[in-house]
Amino acid sequence: MLELKNYRTQVHNDWCPGCGDFGIVNAIQMTFLEMQLEPHRIGLFSGIGCSGKTPHFVNAYGFHTLHGRVLPIATGAKLANPSLTVIAVGGDGDGLGIGAGHFVNTGRRNLDFTYVLHDNGVYGLTKGQASPTLPKGLKTKSMPAPSIVEGINPIAMAIASGYTFVARSYALDVRHLKATLRAAIEHRGSAFVDVLQTCPTYNDINTKEWYAGDDLPSKAPRLYKLEETGYDGKVADPTVRDETNSKKGNALLKSFEWGEKIPIGVFFKMEVATFEDQLANRMPALKEKPFVEHDIYSRDISPLLDELA
Amino acid sequence: MVNSFTWMIGGPQGSGINSVAENFAKACIRGGLHVFANIEYHSNIKGEHSYYRLRVDSREPRSHVDWVDLLVALDRETMFGDLNKVHPTHRGHRHEVSPGGGIIYDSSLKLQPESFGRDDIKLFPVPYMDLLIDALKEFGKDKELSKYQVMVNTIALGASIGLVDYDFDLATEAIKEGFTGRKAALGDLNISAARHGYDYAKKMFGQNAFPIRLRKQPLGAKRMMIRGVQSIAIGKLKAGCGFQTYYPITPATDESEYLESHQPDYNMIVVQAEDEISAINMATGAAHAGLRSSTSTSGPGFSLMAEGLGWAGITEAPGPVIILWQRAGPATGLPTRTEQADLRFALHAAHGEFPRIIIAPGDVAECFYDTFDAFNYAERYQVPVIILADKFLASTYKDIPLFNTDGMKVDRGDLVQEEDLAKSPDYKRYQFTELGISPRARPGLKGGVFWTTGDEHDEYGHITEAADLRVRMMKKRMNKVELAGQVIPNSKKATLHGPTSAPITLVGWGSTKGAILDGMEDLRADGIETNFLQIRYVNPFPTDFVQKVLSSSRLTVAVENNYSGQMAGLIRERTGIAINSKVVKFDGRPFSQNEVYEGVRDAVRDGAKEVTLSHA
Repeated sequence: MLELKNYRTQVHNDWCPGCGDFGIVNAIQMTFLEMQLEPHRIGLFSGIGCSGKTPHFVNAYGFHTLHGRVLPIATGAKLANPSLTVIAVGGDGDGLGIGAGHFVNTGRRNLDFTYVLHDNGVYGLTKGQASPTLPKGLKTKSMPAPSIVEGINPIAMAIASGYTFVARSYALDVRHLKATLRAAIEHRGSAFVDVLQTCPTYNDINTKEWYAGDDLPSKAPRLYKLEETGYDGKVADPTVRDETNSKKGNALLKSFEWGEKIPIGVFFKMEVATFEDQLANRMPALKEKPFVEHDIYSRDISPLLDELA
Repeated sequence: MVNSFTWMIGGPQGSGINSVAENFAKACIRGGLHVFANIEYHSNIKGEHSYYRLRVDSREPRSHVDWVDLLVALDRETMFGDLNKVHPTHRGHRHEVSPGGGIIYDSSLKLQPESFGRDDIKLFPVPYMDLLIDALKEFGKDKELSKYQVMVNTIALGASIGLVDYDFDLATEAIKEGFTGRKAALGDLNISAARHGYDYAKKMFGQNAFPIRLRKQPLGAKRMMIRGVQSIAIGKLKAGCGFQTYYPITPATDESEYLESHQPDYNMIVVQAEDEISAINMATGAAHAGLRSSTSTSGPGFSLMAEGLGWAGITEAPGPVIILWQRAGPATGLPTRTEQADLRFALHAAHGEFPRIIIAPGDVAECFYDTFDAFNYAERYQVPVIILADKFLASTYKDIPLFNTDGMKVDRGDLVQEEDLAKSPDYKRYQFTELGISPRARPGLKGGVFWTTGDEHDEYGHITEAADLRVRMMKKRMNKVELAGQVIPNSKKATLHGPTSAPITLVGWGSTKGAILDGMEDLRADGIETNFLQIRYVNPFPTDFVQKVLSSSRLTVAVENNYSGQMAGLIRERTGIAINSKVVKFDGRPFSQNEVYEGVRDAVRDGAKEVTLSHA
């Protein structure tokens, strides 16, 4: 029986007190525990920024990659060894700014893995510039002037890109986040989880209090759970085009809900063949075991030479 | 004259000159002859001028020459150029036809002999379309002429074979092989077209119309017709590469497509990435995960890869192997033309300092052997390895003996297994060891959990900013190239071709090898005795060997397909020796045999410090 300590390291954590990253790393570890995943069967990948340090705090194979490049590196490792549970984490600037091209194209592939976006509206480690998800017109603490460009809608972008599991959660609701991460990991295909996160140092707008609705006349929390409203984003039969399209449409509509009410939960889910499945159709040997465990070092190239002779 | 022949076919892109030229080449090889075939084309899909040059000889040609004995023109531009355009690119190949040589062209163009401006060549007008219609009639297809129009190229091939009086059956065989399965009927159609061209030439021009003959020679051991992209791809398969990434780019893509077409037989994952940034990072991810991996690109793509290369370097990834098919830059440059201008770039790409191994194969055979070695070094030294090839090597066909794979052994370096990890807990991926190389685990192995980061790190792979650790880790990484330099034999790193005692040493690297070797024979015939120092390992650099060779030479001449003489500069940096003169070419075209001869001759006789060549 694995315990929580089996997923922790002794590495000194230098995130700011109250950072939403703590909630995310705790939820990741608790999900692993709940699923009893062996640390050596996990690959945890990160980009650059505060969230980039995540793998160092988790006892699992950890890859702290380049700014914006977490998805290609995770993709390469997953394809080399599809038996690994692969989770990629990264900030909103990492994934939707410098890494936007990879975000879109990774969704298209439908690789069986999970991507967790630390979405706090700012570039923290470079001291509070606007990130791609910061809505237009807002000015957080260290910005010299309000943003004059539109914010990206990560949920809509994920659905349009082809992720087959698209959800949102909140870093300070570890229970919900844990349940969402588990559903994402268990999903066969590319799972995207947009995690709303506070940055107590630089984002003085989307604070814990703001999410709690303290500024609203109703004082009601902004976040509400999709599943409690009867919303069902799951495509029952992906071969029915109309159903797929209408579920995607519903999810897109929901994703633009922002302000006094913000939905969290699973927006969209559909199970179709993964990238690995399709590769295995081309190369049946992949079905037996990952290529890292195959002997591909004594290939007979003579048929190729004869073909050229 | 017998069995010393250069043939050229030119036409608009899309007119199928490749397959025709390759069929002719194959027919020659099957008759015991040797070939060297290279193509020049525009960055264009259909319509622009392209040409294929085929050199046939009784001895193995290692380069091309700048003249043509028999020119096949599929259109007017092939002969007369595009001088009517606002920005002409060429003045036609009629000027390149050797005295006594000839031109096969479409008689329906109704050209006056005077318009060629040459009274020393023979003209062979052939009614392409009439002959094609006759050929199609035999199959009841003459009503579908427009569908088969491209086959006039095969009519011209047949006429060429007739003029040089070569064995027509060998051509038949070669054509047939290109059309198997469902396309077999098309093969018969093409053979008929070739036959019509052949018969026409025999009948109309007579037995002795053309001064050069091709005659079969006794066949030796089996040979294959291969170009660089195939050679490197097969090297990867032999080495056990299991993962290839690419983003479409000239001239690299053919390599990935070749691999992709053989995916099911060899269990290799080929991924078309969204860009080269992704391509290199996917490959590095796969390498860290324990699969031999590779990516293939040319200069513009490699520019994007710089960042990822640095990550592979600092994380001591066991690869990837990166094939850099150089083409004329910068930016888009001359996208379909050759150059050797990325030597310095390969050496220094990415910020900071980290180890890398760089190998520059000189011909299609070396492409195979060097690629195989590259994977062993990538894993043994846990470094990215770059193969510096170019467009010329990529697209040039040569006939060579089948690769000899005896003694080729995959060496995966210090890759630990679960048994090893169970014996020694507290595994450290970046452990300081006596040799300087850390034992390598891979994700999935019990007891091997590690961290890796592009930040400076400690032995576990966790971030550090400690000054002392930084110094030790830098030394550990940088020392690996030195270590590789001690282990890799000098015989692989550089070769001195020709007499050691020659007073003049030519220096080159990569694809100029063939033209230099052939050019040396012309120089010798002209009383200029040379040898040739071929540098194959850019890093680790064979400093001592190069120093020894060059210091005993009276005159040194660098021959390079770039503007600045990048290897000459590197030699000076590494050895302190200044190369006396440079023969350079940077017009996007490869060196021919006669250019090497002329360039070196001028450098030697006139003592020119620099000779710039441009024949195209």
